[in-house]
Parts: sequence; structure tokens; C-alpha cells
Amino acid sequence: MELTEVWFVAIAVLWLGYFVLEGFDFGVGMLLPVVAGNAKERGAVIETIGPVWDGNEVWLITAGGATFAAFPEWYASLFSGFYLPLLLILLALIVRGVALEYRAKRDSTAWRRRWDAGIVAGSAVPALLWGVAFANIVRGVPLDGRHEYTGTPVDLLNPYALVGGLTTLTLFATHGAVFLALKTTGEISLRAAAVARRAGVAAVVLLAVFLIWTQVQGGRPGTAVLVAVALLSFASALGVLARGRQGWAFLLSAVAVGMTVITLFAVLHPDVLPSTIDPANSLNVENAAATPRTLGIMTWVAVIFLPLVLLYQGWTYWVFRRRISAD
Amino acid sequence: MGALDLARWQFGITTVYHFLFVPVTIGMSLLVAILNTAWVRTGKPAYLRATKFWGTLFLINFAMGVVTGIVQEFQFGMNWSSYSRFVGDIFGAPLALEALVAFFLESTFLGLWIFGWGRLPKGVHLACIWVVAIGTVVSAYFILAANSFMQWPVGFTINHRAELVDFGQVLTNKVMLATFPHTVLGCWLAGGVILMAVSSWHLARKRDLDVFRPSLRLGAVAVLVGAVGTLVSGDILGKIMTETQPMKMAAAEALYETRQPAPFSLFTVGTLDGTEPIFSLEIPGLLSQLATGSFDGKVQGINDIQAAYERRFGPGDYRPYIPIAYWGFRLMIGFGMLAALVAFVLLWLTRGKRVRGRDWIWRAAVWSVVLPFLAHSFGWIFTEMARQPWIVFSQMKTAAGVSPSVGAGTVLTSLIVLTLLYGALAVVEVGLMIRYGTKAPPVADGAEPHDGDEMSFAY
Ligand code: HDD
Ligand code: HEM
Ligand code: HEM
Repeated sequence: MELTEVWFVAIAVLWLGYFVLEGFDFGVGMLLPVVAGNAKERGAVIETIGPVWDGNEVWLITAGGATFAAFPEWYASLFSGFYLPLLLILLALIVRGVALEYRAKRDSTAWRRRWDAGIVAGSAVPALLWGVAFANIVRGVPLDGRHEYTGTPVDLLNPYALVGGLTTLTLFATHGAVFLALKTTGEISLRAAAVARRAGVAAVVLLAVFLIWTQVQGGRPGTAVLVAVALLSFASALGVLARGRQGWAFLLSAVAVGMTVITLFAVLHPDVLPSTIDPANSLNVENAAATPRTLGIMTWVAVIFLPLVLLYQGWTYWVFRRRISAD
Repeated sequence: MGALDLARWQFGITTVYHFLFVPVTIGMSLLVAILNTAWVRTGKPAYLRATKFWGTLFLINFAMGVVTGIVQEFQFGMNWSSYSRFVGDIFGAPLALEALVAFFLESTFLGLWIFGWGRLPKGVHLACIWVVAIGTVVSAYFILAANSFMQWPVGFTINHRAELVDFGQVLTNKVMLATFPHTVLGCWLAGGVILMAVSSWHLARKRDLDVFRPSLRLGAVAVLVGAVGTLVSGDILGKIMTETQPMKMAAAEALYETRQPAPFSLFTVGTLDGTEPIFSLEIPGLLSQLATGSFDGKVQGINDIQAAYERRFGPGDYRPYIPIAYWGFRLMIGFGMLAALVAFVLLWLTRGKRVRGRDWIWRAAVWSVVLPFLAHSFGWIFTEMARQPWIVFSQMKTAAGVSPSVGAGTVLTSLIVLTLLYGALAVVEVGLMIRYGTKAPPVADGAEPHDGDEMSFAY
């Protein structure tokens, strides 16, 4: 396999890691007011993601850095072209990160309520906008001969992209609710499972529309299989959740999120950012890539460090495997 | 103002802001790790209380370092897309390595340390904070390798863009080899100042002496180590800088005409535009020593370098804005050395078993908390602004690096929004730091913290 292909896969893996992991902590953040009735319960809900959310976010930072290194043209076109959505995402992530760390630093209800609102908004906004951004990447954007984005910010809000955004929003909400059901006890767990079932219905419909639309728009026969697996695993997640198998439900919803990412990247390939003006302007794994030397070095580093990261992040989840109760 | 100037303002503001938190993170993670080690080895409750007290301040600061860091990574692509296309093949790799090798370590093991009290065996728990401390230094290494490429590009060839030839050279850039110790030692100084200044507030009130006397002395020692270290490494850095970017050294002294030997002025009253200053306090030969290592070395002046650069790079103005370079350099050194002076006095006053000192001394010690932030900010403003007009020295001008498709209105919007948000968060952060810095350290009821405790510690 060419190194450019390796790195296309590697970038997909990093985004997959990001969406599977931060997907549930976005969900937990969004659902804070829905699943927690009082201050104690809110504390417990936040504690389920407390030790891990920052580590989850590093998947995004790594995906960004790796895109910069492996596909500089892609990084440059994407980040300058999607300026306003990315700015909103940044603002949301800033508020959310600070809110998670500061909410309990003062013993005041008003203080806590304000930060909790920050957590909700700071989780919902990126959950929506990442879907919008990825739908646009897959669909393509107006790139000129220098690979610069020539559209307006409003062009990014086309119907397909909006469906994409609503899909990730509801998908992450469900994923987070399943996680909460698994990680808590008593009332919170019951409420979270109920929310997961309700949000799951919306999410499964949106996911089906979005993925089938994606398939019709640019899919190949092979990608249809991926679409089917994604939908099937998500539906099964909801099915086993109804039977109280929370561990399995979480695993299946993680698979569904992961398969969704894989489907999008598979449809995108071999482009990385298609141009809607002229296919000749499209960025693909070849013309966006760094040199083989850079890719080679990065490959060695990734081969050594990515498994290590998985190992110690996995260990963290093991250390904090205990369910959390509000009392 | 056009998109270029706005993008520069935005970069300057967000980066200086990010670097207010970074030195404290790098410095305090080490000091907290040392205190935690002291507790594990001696079992003294005072060390446990100290670990938790400083750990909380560390975490309040860390959160800000994290959220402002993400902006740093994104804005290269957002505001500087041409620059990103040009250097991505070289510049991207250290950034990716930083995330993969360092940020994952820091964030994951910090989570384990915060929530792992009483849940992990003591030794394993202690190892977690050491991993965090080491991770912060590793991340500084990679990001400084990227920055050093902009100061002195090595290990590359030009083929429409800068392409990597030798990654080893990029990671051992001679600018890097001096900048890395200089910055990390400056960060230890910053961490030390926090311990020193906050402890002074408590010692002035004779509170919790068993916690704050050792904390103050640990902090003061870190400040002195950092100050001597920045001095030595800064001296080396000065020579390397003269070799690689002579214009920067000339600008640092506002030295228009080449001189041998060249004096160093402690301060100047005047316009610094080459006209005769109104007053200037000069130390003969010191600039020669700083730049060349000999008191009668020759130091190139701005005018000669400008002429040489026009011959080499074509017509243009290759002079940075001189007053910023001149004052940035002095203020960096001055504020850092002032912190060392405070540390020295405090160590003297707390020698033996005593804790002496007058009100004004303690008050001055508390206010010394601002010194490292000023020193670091001026150091970076000097480094980056005295490199102008280059974004990558000798290879790409800053004006050529900006995103062509991003309009001034867009940049202005993000500049305003980010600045407002950063301003508001600064108020919150400083408020929390003061609140927790003036609290009594948590009581250690003889026993170790146990499961369930972490709720009060973290959330
Ligand atoms: C506490 C902070 C601190 C202190 C006390 C000093 N510095 Fe510094 N200095 C920095 C913090 C710093 C910094 C902010 O960390 C910089 C910016 C970029 C860098 O590498 O370090 C810097 C840059 C910097 C540069 C520019 C390097 C370049 O552009 O390539 C020089 C020449 C010096 N320093 C020299 C000194 C000298 C001679 C000092 C004598 C005491 C000194 N510094 C004290
Ligand atoms: C590795 C780290 C860094 C990198 C890669 C970097 C890179 C850059 C870039 C791309 C610019 C914009 C172009 C320009 O205006 O020159 C810039 C400017 C600037 N940076 Fe840095 N920088 C780094 C660290 C820092 C730090 C830590 C600070 C301050 C604390 C800082 C302060 C500034 C300032 C003030 C400017 C504006 C200079 C001007 O536009 O005149 N930089 N730097
Ligand atoms: C402009 C260039 C810079 C970029 C792109 C950048 C990027 C980042 C990012 C993404 C984070 C958050 C990591 C997390 O979530 O844990 C971060 C934090 C950090 N940065 Fe920066 N940074 C820059 C400048 C610098 C410089 C010049 C240094 C040191 C010399 C530095 C040292 C650190 C350290 C030690 C941390 C971790 C501790 C903390 O979060 O406070 N950074 N940076």
C-alpha cells in the first residue's frame, strides 16, 4: 500500500477515535439537564466523563496535527475554507473545557448553573457542526485552481449538510445516553436508558437518511455494505438496550459511530476534498500529500505510539470502570 | 487594517495568551510532582496538604492551557493557509508528534492523577504526575522544534514548497538546542514564582507554616535555578541568534551602525530611530560579549545588514519594528532577574528555621507573581516580532503566508470574539486562582485520601 493511502486510513482512524470517544462525552454534556434532576446528580453525571474527556479531545488535536503533516494542502484548504464553523467549534470547545473544570470550583448554585449551560451548549454545537463539516467534505465544496475555497459560509449550510449535522447531533446524544446508562446506577441510569430509546428513534431515522443519501450521491457497491453494517449495528444497539444489556448496547453504538465515519471516508476516497467547480481542482490523496519522507517518518511514529495510546487510555477506562451513583 | 494585520494581531494575542498558562503548567507540574514525592517518601501530612493545595492551583491553570492550545493548532490553517501549504511537509510533523507523543500522555495521566487518589496504589499514582510533568516538557520540545524552523530553517529543500530532507536536522536545529533549555528553565522560574508568591501571602499572615514554609523555599529554589539557567542559556541563545539572524541582535540594541566593540545600553531615553538619544546608560563592550563571546567583538549594525539583505533577497525593508525589539529584550531579562532577586531575599529571610520579614517585603513578594508572565510575554514578542518581515526566516515573508480566501471581516470577527472570550475567561481564572490561593490547604486527617474524596478535590 502506498504511504499516502496509509495516511488516508490513519486520518480516518483518528477521526473515528475522536467521534467514538468524544461522541459519548458530547452526548453526556448535552443531556446533563435531561438526565440529572438535582445538583448531586449533575455532579455524578459529569463525573462519568471527568477523568477521560480531555484525553478524548486529544484525538481531535492529533487528527488536526496529522492532517497538517500528512496532507498539508488538505489542512490548509479545509481550515481556511471552513473558517466560521471551525471558529464556532473552537468557541464551544473552549467554553466546554473550562466549564467542565470550573463548574464545581465554587459553592454557588448560580455559578454552577451558568457553567452547566456552557457544558450543554459547548457539547451540542460541535456535535452538530462536525456533522455539517463532514457532510460538506464528502459532498465537495467550490475550490479554485489554487485549492482555495471560493464559496460563502452560507453555502456550507446546504440541506445534505444539515441532515449530516442533525445526524451527528442525535447520534452522539444517543451514544452518550447509552454510555450514561452503563456508567451510572439507580435513577440516573434508568432515565438515561429512557432518553437513549427516545433519542435513538430520531437518530436511527436521520442516520438512515444521511447514509443512504451519501451512498446515492457518491457511493460504490462496496460502500453500500458499510452503510448496511452501520445501520444494523445502531438498530441492534437500541434493541439490546431495550433488553437491559447496556454493555453490549454501548459497544454496538460505538460500532455504529465508527462505521459511519468509515462509510464517509470510504465514499470520499480517493479525494480528500472534492471541488464542485471543476474535478481538476479537487484535492486527493496524491496532490494533497506531504512527501514520502515525511509520511515515512510519521508512519514509524504512529506505529509505535498509537498502540501505546490505546493501551494506556484503555487502562484508564479500566481503572474507572466502577459505576457512579449520585449518593 | 487589512486581513494581514488582523491575522497578525490575532496570532499575537492568542499565542501570548496561550503562553501565559503554558509556563505555569510546565513549572508547576514538576513542583507538584516533587511535593507528591516528598509525601510518598516521608509520609508527612504537611506534604500531602501541600500537594493538594498546589495541585488545585495547577489544575485551574491547566484547563486554560488546554482550551487555548486547540486554537493554536487550528489557526495555522484558518488564518495562515499559504504558510501552511508552504511549510506543512516540515512543520506539521512536530505538531502531530506533539499531540501523539505528549498531549495524550499529559491529558490521560492527569485524569488518572486527579481521580486516582486512593484508587491507585500510591506509587502508581505518584508516577502519573511525573508522567504529566515529563509530557509537558516533551510537548515543549516538539513545538519549539517547529518554531525554531521558522527562526532558522534547516533540513529542507525548496520544491514549490519547503520539503523535508533531514528530520534529524529539524529536531536538532541549533536554535532549538538553545531555545528549548531556555524556555523550559524560564517555565520552572514561572512555576517557582507561583509557589513563592502565594506562600508569601500565607506566611505574612503566619498561617499553616508547616505547608507554606517548605513550599516557599521550594519555589524560591526553582526560581533561582530557572534564573541562572535562563541567563546561561540566554547567553548562548544570543550568540546563536547573532549568527542566524544578525538583524534581530542589532534590533535588540537599536544599533544602527556597525561597532567594535559594541556597548549594551541598560535603557535609553530617545526615539531609537538612529538619531542621538537624549540619555542612555551604557555598559561598554557588553553587547559584543553577548553577541560574539568577546568584549571587543564586532557587531553588525542595522544599516549594514539592511544593505546586505537587499543584495541577497532583493529590494525591501528588512528591519523589524525597533522599539519593540529593544524594549522586549530588556524587559524580558529585567523582569526575570527581578524575580530572582525576590527569591534570593525570601530564601535569606527563611533560612535556618526562621520566618522573618516585614509587611512590605511580603507584599512585594506577593506582587512578584506578575514577573514571569511579563518576562515570558516580552521574550516571545521579541523573538517573533524581531524576526519580521519573515514568517520563515529567509524563505517566506509574513505577508505571503496569510490565507488568500479569508476576508478582513471574517478575521476581524474571530479576533473580536476570541479576544472578548479570552478576556472574560481571564477574569474568571484569576478570580479562581486568588480564591484557591488564599484558602487554607485542605486538612489531611492523618489518613490517606480515600475513594469518594475525589469529588471534593476535582468536581
Ligand atoms: C522567565 C523568562 C525569561 C528570562 C528570565 C529570560 N528569558 Fe530569554 N526568552 C524567554 C524567557 C526568558 C522566552 C519567552 O521563553 C523566549 C522566547 C523564545 C524563546 O526561545 O524563549 C526568550 C527568548 C530569548 C532570545 C531570543 C531567541 C531567538 O529569537 O532566537 C534571547 C537572545 C534571549 N531570550 C536571551 C536571554 C538572556 C540573555 C537572558 C538573561 C538573563 C534571558 N533571555 C532571560
Ligand atoms: C512554536 C511556537 C510558535 C509558533 C509556531 C509561532 C508562529 C507564529 C506565526 C505563524 C506568526 C504569524 C506571523 C507573524 O505575524 O509573524 C507568529 C507571530 C507572532 N507570535 Fe509566534 N509562534 C510561536 C510561539 C509564540 C509564543 C509562545 C508567543 C508569545 C507568547 C508568540 C508571539 C507571537 C507574536 C506576538 C506574533 C506577532 C508578531 C507580528 O505579527 O509582528 N509566538 N508566530
Ligand atoms: C503556536 C504554536 C502552538 C500550538 C499549535 C500549540 C498547541 C497546543 C494545544 C493543542 C494544546 C492543548 C493540549 C491538550 O489538550 O492537552 C497545548 C497545550 C500546551 N502547549 Fe501549546 N501550542 C503552541 C505554543 C506552545 C509553546 C511555544 C509551548 C512551549 C514552549 C507550548 C507548550 C504547551 C504545553 C506544555 C501544553 C500542555 C499543558 C497545557 O495544556 O497547559 N505551546 N498547546
